[in-house]
Amino acid sequence: MIVPRHYKEMPQRYKLQGNRCKACGKVFLPPRLVCPCGSQDLEDYNLSWRGKILTFTIIRTPPVQFKYQKPYAVAVVELDGGGTIQCQVTDTPLEEVEIGKEVEIVFRKIFSEGEAGIHCYGYKCRVV
Amino acid sequence: MRDVAVIGIGITKFGELWWQNLRELYVEAALKAIKDAGVDHLDSMYVGCMTSGLFCAQEHLASLMADYLGQRHIPAYRIESACASGGLAFRLGYIEVASGMSDIVLVGGVEKMLTGADATFALASAADQEYEAFHGNTFPGLYAMIARAHMAKYGTTREQMAAVAVKNHDNGSKNPNAQFPMKISKETVLNATPVADPLGLFDCSPVSDGAAAVILCPVDMAKKYTDTIIKVIGSGAATSTIALHQRDDITFLDAVHAAGKKAYEMAGLKPEDIDFAEVHDCFTIAEICCIEALGFCEVGQGGPFSEAGNTALDGKIPINTSGGLKSKGHPVGATGVAQIVELVEQLRGTAGERQVKNAKRGLAQNMGGSGGSSVVHILEVQ
Repeated sequence: MIVPRHYKEMPQRYKLQGNRCKACGKVFLPPRLVCPCGSQDLEDYNLSWRGKILTFTIIRTPPVQFKYQKPYAVAVVELDGGGTIQCQVTDTPLEEVEIGKEVEIVFRKIFSEGEAGIHCYGYKCRVV
Repeated sequence: MRDVAVIGIGITKFGELWWQNLRELYVEAALKAIKDAGVDHLDSMYVGCMTSGLFCAQEHLASLMADYLGQRHIPAYRIESACASGGLAFRLGYIEVASGMSDIVLVGGVEKMLTGADATFALASAADQEYEAFHGNTFPGLYAMIARAHMAKYGTTREQMAAVAVKNHDNGSKNPNAQFPMKISKETVLNATPVADPLGLFDCSPVSDGAAAVILCPVDMAKKYTDTIIKVIGSGAATSTIALHQRDDITFLDAVHAAGKKAYEMAGLKPEDIDFAEVHDCFTIAEICCIEALGFCEVGQGGPFSEAGNTALDGKIPINTSGGLKSKGHPVGATGVAQIVELVEQLRGTAGERQVKNAKRGLAQNMGGSGGSSVVHILEVQ
């Protein structure tokens, strides 16, 4: 179950492939078939790899598959050109993570899942 | 639509109940409710439960619970909407009686969380699995991000959030079923072990075992069972994005606002007409955001409003008289039904030391995930 589940998400996790509503301009990751505005007219859109932190936290009590990474920061990032994502903040001292800081998106291993230890990759961000 | 009354309530102790399993918890609460109502049969049953699959590897709950309750062959339904499962089960039971389809309906909620399973992982399944949980975020983490944004936008302080925990423990100390019925100080909250900055351990509701149940019937029939008719006068439910980062405003619980609006409209009431409320304080910041979304104070003012004592037992609008999720405990599927149990206790005037004076109308607000679903009910004593 695990491999097919992640496989489907690879375009989003590896390339930030989402879409944009042609009616209202809203950007989505993952892509949606229907925009909350009601339109079904959406076009493919690759989200920007730059943005800024809207809010964040430092996780000190993680789920079991992240236990060796603690403490780590997770942020909501608003990307330049539209769309918001949630991801870890990496390569940055925890005390330098702040609301409003500019970040760039980077490709990283996120965790290893299950007894087989399958590596799951995706995006994180770092303060620039 | 027929008018519907709550005629029976039952609740277990909340806490680390190692000696009781999932079905025993449920049946204890359900039997208490049946006895309290004095009914001799059930027409159907709703079971609110979030994730017995991840905690106990048990699904197919509705039949299991009906069988062990001695009610084989009745129709039974298991309802899931994360932590709002109990509230949503109550709404569906209410709709079934109001519609005329059934007369006597039991609505129960249950969660057995202390099973050795990773509770942080299980609860994270209420978030967007592929786009929130995948990145290592947790429920304390999601509410911490709401808190951080609320602090930045409105100037809310950790002291104001701590006031919520202190007040709820004060109330919980008067509730014999509470998991943590001890009073705490503001310093205890502020100096607690950090869980997800800026939230510490005492900003978080606990992991709990427990169950609660209520019996519903038409108001016309209720007179046969009780002299104190407690009527459901408002019911509203709403959904929103389950991924926090896709909300238009991270600090505003739009599903809570929408569910509350529907319930107020149905009852023909305004927030100031409510005498007391149980709201979904899974974290201290959640209570602040919920009272804002329900209109008990202005948006952005939940922090100072709470710190000033407006939400205390003797305040302008007593909030979480039961101790709330924070002190009473939060067996997630049971919580929405347990809120209704508290409303009925208050409206009957049997809440003991935590009784609100002249309690005529109470509101219960249950919430799933970081606000992806919410259910609001208003009850009135006739």
